[in-house]
Amino acid sequence: MRLLTHNMLASNVRGVTTGYPLKLEATKWCTKEVELNADFIRGVLPKIDWRALVAATRALDLPELLPEEQPPEEEIFAEGAADVEGSAIRRIHHALLEIHIQEGSLVCPESSRCFPIDKGIPNMMLHEDEV
Amino acid sequence: MPRPEVQAPPDVFYNGAEARKYTTSSRIIEIQARISERALELLALPNDGVPKLLLDIGCGSGLSGETLTELGHHWIGYDISKSMLDVALERETEGDLLLADMGQGLGLRPGVIDGAISISAVQWLCNADKSSHDPRLRLKAFFGSLYRCLARGARAVLQFYADNVKQSEMIVTYAMRAGFAGGVVVDWPHSSKAKKSYLVLTCGAPSLHTSLPMGKGEDDEMCSDDDESNDEDGDRTVGIYERNRPKKRQKTKKNGKGKDWLLRKKEQLRRRGHDVPADTKYTGRKRKTYF
Repeated sequence: MRLLTHNMLASNVRGVTTGYPLKLEATKWCTKEVELNADFIRGVLPKIDWRALVAATRALDLPELLPEEQPPEEEIFAEGAADVEGSAIRRIHHALLEIHIQEGSLVCPESSRCFPIDKGIPNMMLHEDEV
Repeated sequence: MPRPEVQAPPDVFYNGAEARKYTTSSRIIEIQARISERALELLALPNDGVPKLLLDIGCGSGLSGETLTELGHHWIGYDISKSMLDVALERETEGDLLLADMGQGLGLRPGVIDGAISISAVQWLCNADKSSHDPRLRLKAFFGSLYRCLARGARAVLQFYADNVKQSEMIVTYAMRAGFAGGVVVDWPHSSKAKKSYLVLTCGAPSLHTSLPMGKGEDDEMCSDDDESNDEDGDRTVGIYERNRPKKRQKTKKNGKGKDWLLRKKEQLRRRGHDVPADTKYTGRKRKTYF
């Protein structure tokens, strides 16, 4: 599972009002290179919850990857921003698409319900009493 | 052969052996690929070269997801069968996979998804696989969560097999109740084998592009699928495609020539001067039918 997906997922348990963001606990993860498409990053950025993304990178022990505050638009939309090593847009691309969580779990912030991740696939199936 | 939906719940039916077929059977692969391409066509994503974030609901072994990847999009796949997802892992699909039950809701933040497809999956919601399942609540949870997670103007194309008209109506009703606009596009409606129904749903304000495209085979086109030996019972004959011939006009039965009519006619002929037998108690009497 990539952090892009993690950023979209919320806990569906009955009675939970703030099931987002799911706390990420990763015991095994890796990186896989993906070609950067700057237009995609620019398009998806408004939909990303920045706090949750930063929290996820912190959980993976990557405090240097992303700044606490979301980078200003000019930095992202600047011409040629994508070609600069270590530019904001490249870091965001790396965080969203190149990190793969293989083993671990996602924890609901309100109910502490744990969704295990096995072979990169989170198990989001709710039990009958949680629906 | 009965449809899968009546044989067992999806996570049981799509066990290891059945899931294997989705890697090894070229026929299944071909059919799924074609349906996925058609669903993508109906999804009508803008051709601007910008990858989108899409959903593949009931992604199974990742066959349909591959068509999304080929077009450069990112996708999140949902499936209830661990065996099928294991096959998807083997095939190294690019999309992120989730082991989840769509009838429990998709669990996504509002407005984040650019489009959704589903190939041969939604009809499973109509069956109550557990005593705790209420199909209507599941359909409601599914369509409600789908509507919420889609961005404004985004579309969902859900190809499904409806067992009967009631099921089809139920699916469409709950989609509309969730707030979607749209309808069902049926390809090859006259062929029971090749017929495919696509529920095309739009989210948000209607635009110029919300009129439903016409289903294939609706203009009396010959259905090429009938020639293929791709039916489930291994029948190798060529299917004969019968056009709906307009029925010959039925001759109206001569019910209306009763006794009164007969007496009037006889009087008329007498006035004209013909030699007409006299009216007796036997005139226009109901007789035994001879034929």
